Amino acid sequence: MSDILTIAMPKGRIFEEAADLLREAGFRLPAEFDDSRKLIINVEEENFRFILAKPMDVPTYVEHGVADLGIAGKDVMLEEERDVYELLDLHISACYLAVAGLPNTELNEIAPRIATKYPNVAAAYFREQGSQVEIIKLNGSIELAPIIGLTDRIVDIVSTGKTLVENGLIEYERIVDITSRLIVNPASYRMKEQRISELVNRLTDVVKEKESAK
Amino acid sequence: MSSLFMFEKPLGMRDTLPAIYERKYNLKQKIDTEIKKWGYQFIETPTLEYYETVGTASAILDQQLFKLLDQQGHTLVLRPDMTAPIARVAASKLLTEEMPLRLAYNASVFRSQQREGGRPAEFEQIGVEYIGDKTISADGEGISLLIASLAEAGVENYQVSVGHIGFVQSFFQQILGTKERAESLTKYLYEKNYVGYRQHVEQLALSSIDKQRLHDFLKLRGTQEVISLAKQLIEGNQGSKAIEELQQLWDILVDYGVEGKVRFDLSLVSHMSYYTGIVYEVYAEGVGFPIGSGGRYDLLLEKFGKKTGATGFAIRVDRLLEALGRIEKSNNIECILFSNERRKEAFQLAKEKRSAGIQVITQDINGVKDVDACTKQYNEITLLVGKAGMEVVK
Repeated sequence: MSDILTIAMPKGRIFEEAADLLREAGFRLPAEFDDSRKLIINVEEENFRFILAKPMDVPTYVEHGVADLGIAGKDVMLEEERDVYELLDLHISACYLAVAGLPNTELNEIAPRIATKYPNVAAAYFREQGSQVEIIKLNGSIELAPIIGLTDRIVDIVSTGKTLVENGLIEYERIVDITSRLIVNPASYRMKEQRISELVNRLTDVVKEKESAK
Repeated sequence: MSSLFMFEKPLGMRDTLPAIYERKYNLKQKIDTEIKKWGYQFIETPTLEYYETVGTASAILDQQLFKLLDQQGHTLVLRPDMTAPIARVAASKLLTEEMPLRLAYNASVFRSQQREGGRPAEFEQIGVEYIGDKTISADGEGISLLIASLAEAGVENYQVSVGHIGFVQSFFQQILGTKERAESLTKYLYEKNYVGYRQHVEQLALSSIDKQRLHDFLKLRGTQEVISLAKQLIEGNQGSKAIEELQQLWDILVDYGVEGKVRFDLSLVSHMSYYTGIVYEVYAEGVGFPIGSGGRYDLLLEKFGKKTGATGFAIRVDRLLEALGRIEKSNNIECILFSNERRKEAFQLAKEKRSAGIQVITQDINGVKDVDACTKQYNEITLLVGKAGMEVVK
């Protein structure tokens, strides 16, 4: 029973990409996960249990040990700073965090304001730049903030840049590149060492192969 | 600020209700007894200490300290761990002769929490400090006593992960040249960020052989074979002291017969600057966080004016309870329900039962509104009511 590996995954595109990687690594996953409303999916052939979580919550499940492993974006890892092992860069869902705003605008001198879903990352970034800013946390559609005048800039994920362009925003600075990572709970990393090492090794090979083919 | 509800507690503070108290008490007793059998002597230190001394010497991050001011304006801290206070006592009072000291404690420590639940701000630790002995035998004794304590507590599936900070430091310095560079690479290990570690290594101006050595370092996990793998990774004499120590430790653990519970993980870095040699963490099935940790901290005593080595460990009682899983509620309390006429008889009976080691309460029946509900709570009920003979209900 304790052989089951519980893997926390973000719903949606990352889940599909990660599932593909696992299949390529030779794990027998069903061709399609049909019922998309399910929160827990058991794959008995491999003794896996997938928990489908909000991307921002994946490291939380893993840190508390209710999930042994997880797949989380580096953006989430930077924001949440959870005590988990970051073992492998899966090189999927590549994007980056950037500072964006309306063209030809400058930061308000008295109270420069930044809207973001990543208050910790944004605060740390601007502090490193030596500027003191006020962070306003939003939960989505961050592009709205500069358009309607809530803030001068936003800090958000950019993958193609299309969303920015469509909303008349431009990128000012690139903060950090983001990809999805395989993360592991420190206790599981020991107590289920064999199974986890095997999974990590097989995924490492697949990722390496894909990277060298690029 | 809105006014507080009557039931609220400060963030991270917990109550211990009877059922848990009982389990915790029994558990602590077992571990205490084991530690005493190894000749360690228990001590108590104050809950409050000076920030300037114990507070800054402690391994706990500054932002986790509860601070307050005394009447003279000194900053005080609620002790965030027991190691620093014990180092203070040992250095100032106990270390008078050149004798190794074996001290133990069983106390609450306080660490303020910013995050959500699941992280108590006050929790109990049982631990030992073995001061004034720099031999690996001392490290081996620590690990073996930890294992003996866990066995006594009844934990079955657990693993002690052992690393060596001295090895990490000398290996990194050998390849990277400076302490600063070694430290910035060590930080990735401390943060458990292997992806960042590998990326950092790739960016360094090193030969591909040295890069490979740094990559291979992450694979140093396992049992005895790790020692020879580590030996292959280092060159010359630098770092060989640490390897020798690991080999000695392994031999000692084998002699204790506890090596089956131990795995080396040479990338284990539990603190950026506190530990100086062998470090360890213990993990148990069913708990996501380490249930205990320890290691050698040869620099701490110096902060209190004594230059000597020390090692020790602490077990987290709350997490240990979690590792033991849920045990059904049970109390062995008996109840004697009496009315005034037979009060003396009730007290007499209770006295007899108590001296036989039975837990028993005497309850005036007039003080109970619902006799059925009352009797359900107890293992055995004796009714001494009216003039009839003794009656045992269940």
